[in-house]
Amino acid sequence: MRFASKRQTLEGIDEEDGVSLLIVEPEDMWHANNLISVGDIIHAPALRKVTVTTATGSTIGKGVRMNLSVKVKSTFFDPLASELKVSGTVVNENEWVSVGQHHTLTLRYEKADIKFTIWKKAGWDSVAIQSLKEALSEDRPEAIAAVVMQEGLANICLITEFRTIVKQRIESAIPKKRSTSKESSSGMTAFYDKTLSNLRNAVDFSIPRTLLLASPGFVAQDFRAHMQSEAARTGDKSLQRIAKEAVIVHSSTGHVHSLNEVLKSPEVKKMMHDTKFTIETNLMDQFYDRMRKDDGKAWYGTKPVEKAIAEGAVGRGGGVLLVNNAFFRSMDVATRRKYVALVDKVKKDGGEVRLLSSDHESGKRLEALGGIATILTYPMFDLDEDEEEEEGNEGNNSAEGTMVL
Amino acid sequence: MSRHQYVRNLDYQDAMDEFEGFSEEEDELSPEDRALMNQGVADVQAALGVEASKVTVAQIEESLWHYYYDIDKTVTYLTSKFINPRPKATKPAPQQPNGKSVTSTIDFAPAGLSLELDLHPNWATKCLGLTDDAIPAPRARPSLSHFFRDMPWGNIPKHRETTFIPPPAAPGGLLGGSGAPPKMSKLQALAAARKKKAEEKNAVNDKVEQARMGVKELSVKEPLADKANLSTAGPFSKRLKTSESAAQDRVAPTFATQPTQPEPAQPVEVAKAPEDELPLAKAQPSAFAQSLFGSSSNTRKSEAPRDELPDIQAQHFAPPKIDFPFCVGKAPKPTPTSIELGPAFELSKRKRDDSEGYETTVVLYPNLPQFVRDNFAQPSPDDIVLAAQAQAKGKAGQKTTAQPKKKGTQSTEAVTAGVNELKIDDAPLPKSRNLDVLSEFEKSKSKKTASFVVVGHVDAGKSTMMGRLLLDLKVVDQRTVDRLRKEAETIGKSSFALAWVLDQRSEERSRGVTIDVATNRFETEHTAFTILDAPGHQDFIPNMIAGASQADFAILVIDASTGAFESGLKGQTREHSLLIRSMGVSRVIVAVNKLDMVAWSQERFNEIKDQMSGFLSSANFQHKNIAFVPVSGLQGDNLVRRSSDPAASWYTGPTLVEELENSEPNARALASPLRMTISEVYRTMQSPVTVSGRIDAGSLQMGDAILIQPSGEKAYVKSILADDAPVDWAVAGQNVVLHLSHVDPAHVRVADIICDPAKPIPRADTFTLKALAFDFLMPMQVDVHRGRLHAAGRIEAIPALLDKVTGSVIKKKPKIVKPATVARIVVKLDGLVPLEAGQRVVLRSGGQTVAAGLLE
Repeated sequence: MRFASKRQTLEGIDEEDGVSLLIVEPEDMWHANNLISVGDIIHAPALRKVTVTTATGSTIGKGVRMNLSVKVKSTFFDPLASELKVSGTVVNENEWVSVGQHHTLTLRYEKADIKFTIWKKAGWDSVAIQSLKEALSEDRPEAIAAVVMQEGLANICLITEFRTIVKQRIESAIPKKRSTSKESSSGMTAFYDKTLSNLRNAVDFSIPRTLLLASPGFVAQDFRAHMQSEAARTGDKSLQRIAKEAVIVHSSTGHVHSLNEVLKSPEVKKMMHDTKFTIETNLMDQFYDRMRKDDGKAWYGTKPVEKAIAEGAVGRGGGVLLVNNAFFRSMDVATRRKYVALVDKVKKDGGEVRLLSSDHESGKRLEALGGIATILTYPMFDLDEDEEEEEGNEGNNSAEGTMVL
Repeated sequence: MSRHQYVRNLDYQDAMDEFEGFSEEEDELSPEDRALMNQGVADVQAALGVEASKVTVAQIEESLWHYYYDIDKTVTYLTSKFINPRPKATKPAPQQPNGKSVTSTIDFAPAGLSLELDLHPNWATKCLGLTDDAIPAPRARPSLSHFFRDMPWGNIPKHRETTFIPPPAAPGGLLGGSGAPPKMSKLQALAAARKKKAEEKNAVNDKVEQARMGVKELSVKEPLADKANLSTAGPFSKRLKTSESAAQDRVAPTFATQPTQPEPAQPVEVAKAPEDELPLAKAQPSAFAQSLFGSSSNTRKSEAPRDELPDIQAQHFAPPKIDFPFCVGKAPKPTPTSIELGPAFELSKRKRDDSEGYETTVVLYPNLPQFVRDNFAQPSPDDIVLAAQAQAKGKAGQKTTAQPKKKGTQSTEAVTAGVNELKIDDAPLPKSRNLDVLSEFEKSKSKKTASFVVVGHVDAGKSTMMGRLLLDLKVVDQRTVDRLRKEAETIGKSSFALAWVLDQRSEERSRGVTIDVATNRFETEHTAFTILDAPGHQDFIPNMIAGASQADFAILVIDASTGAFESGLKGQTREHSLLIRSMGVSRVIVAVNKLDMVAWSQERFNEIKDQMSGFLSSANFQHKNIAFVPVSGLQGDNLVRRSSDPAASWYTGPTLVEELENSEPNARALASPLRMTISEVYRTMQSPVTVSGRIDAGSLQMGDAILIQPSGEKAYVKSILADDAPVDWAVAGQNVVLHLSHVDPAHVRVADIICDPAKPIPRADTFTLKALAFDFLMPMQVDVHRGRLHAAGRIEAIPALLDKVTGSVIKKKPKIVKPATVARIVVKLDGLVPLEAGQRVVLRSGGQTVAAGLLE
């Protein structure tokens, strides 16, 4: 993403004029999704279907291009198409649309740069500024393609700096071991064929791109061997190159969450050190390690974290606050303010704040922990003591409620 | 429809019946034939001499007719058939009034073959006006004739014998369809389909036939006309006409214009052929005849293994025999109309001609060879029309309307029939015998069944030990193992030969590692055992879990060699032990393997025994349920037989197999509702949806309706296989193969559960588990394993930490669960999964087993 005006800077944001941005790549839609929250006003090009009554009284429906300003009611992000749909009510009137009518803007990356302007309802707080900063950063590395597979299951993913996109999930029944081995191996060959053709459809290999193959056992090796033999058979030079450069990583399963293991692996770390997601993955691992050690430095859940931050335990010298960015997107302004306040407090204390996206594997792990976790600078114990009493009954209820059999 | 599909679907009975169908012709010979016949009978009787008394004149006449007045062959035939009958001869020909063809009744293969080959030279001889005396009479060679008794033409002087070279198959298979014998030509396919159809309409046609005969009896002129016709056309005209109409009849459905086109070409070609082959004509088939029939006999030889098929083909190939005389006959007897007239007119003219020929021959030539008459088993469409016209009473009205359908929509009907066969839903529901399976089970005094899983650290020698066990129990023979050893040596892994008995996948062999669970069976005196050979490698633990979920007890294989035991205890020896315990396996036999590598050291055995006893009892195995056996999997010591090594004489306890027999299988939940986890889905001939697995609870029988969860699809059990033998019912604990019907394969996947439709297993995406933690548990992503099922999910909440013994709540909502503690956890899955209280579930994360427990 880029500022539409060259004179615009991060520091000089004028709340009144809003911020005009240009969409320059598909990934920007994900950032836009993080930036835009309910109640904001978005001004963007729109295509609206209008009905025109002619002089004779007949009506014609036609699409009219116009610029509309919409007060956001909800957003929907389609990760596969990289498309953001923003629905809300129109706030500026024109010839075709009157104020209060509903419209859904579709923001997507197109050949020409699309410009949109955003006015934040809650103002440009630190979290919003951080999101915008991330969105503006340039020269990002190309997304890594990864195939996480096991016998009969393959997930084709794209790992960008900010998110993991599962492009395709391939399932195929592999005949199990019986009297003949032929069926089983032909089943595997068919599975590899299916995976390979899907991989080439789902991922653009015309630009240099790393391919990771991860699996338990020998599936990944066999798949690479299959790619190589396919390349040799068809004389496909590009496939040959892809196969040659593919990196094989061990994972314990073929499910998407095994990407965590993939991202942790030395092969990947070597390639993508210091990118956002490797740092986040490391932090999550650190957090889990501390949980295991039970040294009182790792806590999760809103209440313990709030308490710890209030005590100033998340500060200089290793204090980290991990928050799911969904907290800032869909929640009401009061809640958002509360979390922004937490973030600001940690920053003030000299701690590190990480907004993890649930579009990324580390974010999903955080999500499992309730969306917020922290590593303290010094150990604290019994942060969850009194909370237990209040929530005891509630917890039991939820346990019964979830046993829906 | 593919060709062999077609052959499979072909109604053999139908095709065979064709030959029996038509028998009500009148016995009448033309004067010429009569004269030849009388002459022939006299000759034959003379040739037979004293033996002549053993055969009746009728038999002689019939054989003569059959062999076209060839004295030699008749004599040979009669000698072999009646005078010195071979023991195999089943049905004496005289009982068949019309001299039914040998092909259809007696000793099919040799007789049919001889008939095909020797008919045609005679046709040729006849057509060319050769007389009987032109044929050499080698009667002085009884030994040779005996040798060739299956081939009546075989009395050929040595110098005149030729080697039969299989003629090149006629391309396109059009010359009477004999071009590509093994394949079914489209024409034949159609003809067969038509025959089938025609058979169905038999009843209708019989009535038409009767009506027609009735009309004929009224008509006085027709027989006279026939006579006149006959005298001008000569003795063969009738037969030619029949064949002509036969050809017409056969060709008509597909090649409507065909009969007109080949006519100018064929007579020329054929008229020449017999002349060129003149000397051969007496002794062997002409080149043309060979090209027509030789190929079919070749087929016979080359296709000998396909035992039923050749006969069928022979029948289908019979029609070409008629084509030949037809072609030959065309030249001497030009059809007056066919020369000047255009094709279209000629066709219609021919059709009428055919019908005439048909009517007359029916009257005059009752003794026609069977295959010729077969072509008239059904009256041609024109006959029907004629019959209907003759009647003109409207009586046959509905029958004639039915008839054109047969002609016009033949091919479409064949296709529709084919499509109908493909439809699954047309199949009737499998019949249930409504057995009371449980009481049947009580009644049956079968051996008890038990399955055990073989677990242990990677390279402990699990597969090799099981391979040796199967070899010693003679489940696999030495030859198989030798072959495997040879194969293993070629890739430099000769020590893996025994393991290859179970490791059959190519990756498993090339890498020397078991990947998937291998299943095998063996029986001892009292018990039928199912072996589940689990992989030891950490990456394949999901497969090991699948195996362990089907087992009653376990063999834990431990590598006794220095260092290996210790590393195993940190690795999968430990993990597997914990897993099998939490999967509900309570009895474990510890096979201390590779003791031969440490010279059967008793100290080493005891050391391992002590350590393992401690570990296993800490893993909640009862002491009485643990047994230790020192073995050598590679050599087979103490598996089936006692070790003969003096160094191992200190061990006097039971062998591994004895220990296995001492193990009691778990109690089966026979009376509970049916539950069966599918461990494999594949296609078989019996059913496109064949599933195998172990019945966890309940029972089922043939014809039962079942429900497949989570898809919720209903299916029916077409048949059941237990231990590769078809059975009517099966009960919990058995490993069975089910052939299902009325279900789409898309709805049946591995790890699905087959259950009783009345008491289905519920589906859920969230469940509460009382779990024993092997590692730290906190809200995190986990893999959920239940048997073959392997699903992704996450721990959503940990409502309580429980007391290990009493199960009471120690702490609510703990932040983290420490290893070796019990907690109640809530797991959410990505999709719906069939789950039910009491099931055992294993949770893994990052390649480690983190918890196992019981569904609440």
